[in-house]
Order: sequence, then C-alpha cells, then structure tokens
Amino acid sequence: MHGGAEMLGGVTPQQVFTQITYLAAAALFILSLKWLSAPTTARRGVISGEVGMVLAIIGTLLLPNIKAFHWILLTFFIGAAVGIPIAVLMPMTAVPQRTALSHSFGGLAVGLVGTAKYYLWTAEEPGRLTHFVMGVLAFETILGYLTFTGSLMAFGKLQGLLPSRPIVYRGQNFVNLTVLAVAVGIGVYLNFEPTRTSLFPALIVLALAFGTLLIIPIGGADMPTVISLLNSYAGLSASAMGFVLENKLLIIAGALDGSSGFILSIIMCRAMNRSFTNVLFGAFGAVEKTVQGQEEKRTIRSAQPEEAAEILSAAQSVVIVPGYGMAVAQAQHKVRELYDQLTRRGIDVKFGIHPVAGRMPGHMNVLLAEADIPYDSLFEMEDINSELPHTDVALVIGANDVTNPAARTDKSSPIYGMPIIEVDKARTVMVIKRSMSAGFAGIENELYYMDKTLMLFGDAKAFVGEIVKALASEGR
Amino acid sequence: MDNLVSNLYVFLLATFLGFEVIRRVTPLLHTPLMSLTNAISAISLVGSIVILGEQQTTLTTVLGGIAVTASMINVVSGFLITDRMLKMFKRRNTPNSGKAD
Repeated sequence: MHGGAEMLGGVTPQQVFTQITYLAAAALFILSLKWLSAPTTARRGVISGEVGMVLAIIGTLLLPNIKAFHWILLTFFIGAAVGIPIAVLMPMTAVPQRTALSHSFGGLAVGLVGTAKYYLWTAEEPGRLTHFVMGVLAFETILGYLTFTGSLMAFGKLQGLLPSRPIVYRGQNFVNLTVLAVAVGIGVYLNFEPTRTSLFPALIVLALAFGTLLIIPIGGADMPTVISLLNSYAGLSASAMGFVLENKLLIIAGALDGSSGFILSIIMCRAMNRSFTNVLFGAFGAVEKTVQGQEEKRTIRSAQPEEAAEILSAAQSVVIVPGYGMAVAQAQHKVRELYDQLTRRGIDVKFGIHPVAGRMPGHMNVLLAEADIPYDSLFEMEDINSELPHTDVALVIGANDVTNPAARTDKSSPIYGMPIIEVDKARTVMVIKRSMSAGFAGIENELYYMDKTLMLFGDAKAFVGEIVKALASEGR
Repeated sequence: MDNLVSNLYVFLLATFLGFEVIRRVTPLLHTPLMSLTNAISAISLVGSIVILGEQQTTLTTVLGGIAVTASMINVVSGFLITDRMLKMFKRRNTPNSGKAD
C-alpha cells in the first residue's frame, strides 16, 4: 500500500475508506429490503440495514472536515434518548402515528440541511449555485418542508389531536395549488438570482403551508394512502438531498424509500378503487352528509353470543374478517382466544385481511401477529375470496365498507368498484357491530339485511369474550 | 455536469431496483417494510452530520444539530420498532390439532 495517496490522485486514504463504507452501506440497504420480502428472512434484513447504517455513520465521522464531535455526540445522544423509548413503548395500534411522525422528522432534516446549504453557499461560494444545483436545492427544500408539515398533520389526525373528518372549504384546491405554484415560482426565480436570500424564507413558509393545506382535506379513511404517499415524499426528499450534496448513497437509499412508498400508495389506491388525484383533491368524506337521511325500516336478524357460539362450533371452516374497529376495541387478544377455541375443535380458521383494514398498509397483520395469531393463518383478499364460497361461517369484526357487496352491485354507491372481501358468499355471515350506524364513509351496508346474515350487537371485545366463554363451557 | 448525469443514472437504477425488490415483499409485512425504508432513508443523517460537523456558521450548526437529532430519532426508532414487529410474526406450530402453544 506504498504511496497510496499518490495512486489515488490526491485523495486521502480516509476518504477512500468513507467511499467504501458508503458503497457497502448501499449494498446492505438493498439486501435489507430483499430479505424483508419473506417473514423467515425479514429479521436478517433489519440487521443488514443496521450494519449498513453504522458503516455509513463511521465513514462520515472519518471525513476530514468533521470537527464538532461534541455536538455530534450530544445530538446522537438526544436522538437515541428519544428514539429508543418511542420504539420500545409505542403500542402497535399507534404504529401509524409513529410512522407519520418519523416521516415528518425525515422531511424536517432534509429541509434544514437544504436551508443550511443554501445560506452557506450564497455567503461563501455563490459560484457553486449553478442553475441545476439551485433547482435541486429548491426542490429538496420544498419537498422536505412540505413532507414535514404534511406528516405532522397526518400524525395529528391519526393520534386524534385533529378531527379525522376532512376539513373542506370552497376553492380549496385553487388555494392549495396557488400556494404550491408560488413556492415553485420562487424556486425558479432563485435559479436565475440565487443570491436573493430574502426570498428563501418565503419559499420555506410556502412549502410549510402547502404541506399543511394538502393534508387538511383528507379524511381518516384515506390515511393508508396518505401515509404511503408521504413515505414516498420523505424518500424522494432524501434522494434530492443526495443530488445537492453529491452523495450517491443518499440518492440510492432515498430512491429505494421513494419507490417503496410509491408502490404502497398504488396498492392502497387500488384497494379503494381510487386515483391519486381523487385521494389528494377529492375529499372523500364530503359524501357523508348526502347519504344519511334515507333510512327506512328494514328487517335484520340479530343473535346472542350463545347462539353465535353454537353456529361457530358447528362449522367446519370459519373466516374471520377483522377491521380497524377490532383494534379500536382492543379485541385482538379475545379474537386469539376464539381462534384457539375453534382450532382446538378441529375447525379450520382463517383470517381475511383487506389491504386497507388498518390505518396503514399491513397494519392489521401486525396487530394480529402481536396477539400471537400465526401468520400462516392470515390471508390476503384475493386468496380468501376464492375460499369464501365454500366457507361455513364468515365472522366480520369491526369491518364495514370493505365487506359491502354494494361495491360489486350498486353503480350509484360511492364505493362501487372497490375490491371487497366477499363475505356475502359464505354460507352464514355474522357481523359484530356496535349499532346499525353507517361506517367511516357513511355508506349503508347491504350485507346486514341479507337473510344469511346475523347481526351481533355489542362491543367487539366484550362480544368475542362472551362467545369464547360460551364455547369454553360447552366444550367441558 | 458529469457528476449530475451519473447521479441521475444512479437515481434511475436505484428506483427501478427498488420497484423490483419491493414488489416482492409480501403484503403481510407492509408495515415493517414502511418502518424499515423509513429507517434506511434516515441516511440523510450522513448529510446532516456533515453540516453539523463542519461547524461553519452558527446558523448551519443549529440547523445541522436539529437535523442530526431528527434523523437519529428515525434511525434508532425505525430499526428497533421494525425488529420488534418482526419478532411477533410466528408460524403455526401444531396446525389444526392439539392445544395451540
């Protein structure tokens, strides 16, 4: 290794080492996501990601210009002191909130770095602010700050700090697009006059405002799409930061996150049969008022827990369709007891999970896994739909719109065309529900009036508990 | 300019690779996927460390400090909570017979 510095053309060995750690980190990040594809290798994926991250941090700390180690240590410590309790104590029902919050932190970091770079370069090396660099810098900053406030709003809605109903007013889309257009306009202007530093704060404020305004009109039912979209933005903003800092590791990691969020948003949109523009500018909840008020008296059949237990124990196959209502009632563990009681009798029990059953993609699977329900009993919508016609009992717990047959049959329904779990094809349907009130989207569910449907009125946790009790005493 | 072009190629390839890899992730694990990609994109920590570490002006040090803290929270909580979730996914040991667990 003699004369290494010469051979490397003036680059110090440390810088080479840093580049090697970045290269290794990029490879480890890709492997990390590859291993996440199946539950058996998924934890290896986490370790791979962690190793990549540690390598990249070490490589960065070895860069020649890094001096302020006391500040770095302090901020690392604060970050870990906040991050560890969040990860360890956060209940699984609150994972969507945590995710939204971390998107907002990610956006904030990107926005701040963009801001810092802008003021640094305008003061010291304005020559570096070429059209392209300034353009990317403006893009990075706008995207970072709008992700920050947008995700904070999503966090507020998920956490219940803000009303989950859409907040709409006349001319909303016009206002939003104007705000964005002005921000982009300033960004373009700065391309030609990069040293107009007085305009940069305006760009920041407009980006922050746009993020807020963008999420306000989006209702709670659309949260899975929104959170995926913000995930994509957070990734893209990190990638844009990579362009500004000329760091390929940032570009790669950001692009991976960006494409992941984008794929998830597409899956969520498809699961609700809606387009991006419709989610972002459509204000789904606005339908709510118009649908109510046409209530007519229709007959329904209801049953007590003991009857439900009898029907379940006489079945050979049962499909349980959980919705977010199950999680709200904290009924997962009772559902697990029901699962145990039924499988013990030799009954085949499967779970049918709609992609938007939770508050974010895959949320319901995590909630059921937490209750120790084996993941090979959890089935995706397409797989369970082919089984439902030969299923004895479909038990719907806290789900509503995702089981509504009107999505297949009623062209006038707002959810027409949305893929649903076809519980109406099972021989018997039982629905645990608090009352006959309409669901999140305010749409009547035809399922409840079918002859084969039994309504089980009550709190999900209490009702499932009663069924379990009846099954246990009957089994003795 | 060369740098820019090669960076665009890197971005393009990484995006396509991301699509291919992530398309294969089972929907079962979409929540851990999101928290893992979130932790990975907190690699913006690297850029934040540079801003903070170079300590050029008070403004950049303060902004860099906040950025490092925010990214570090994402790194730590992102990886830890992903692992916590994945630990909960278990297979069925005795399918359809006997006492579960």
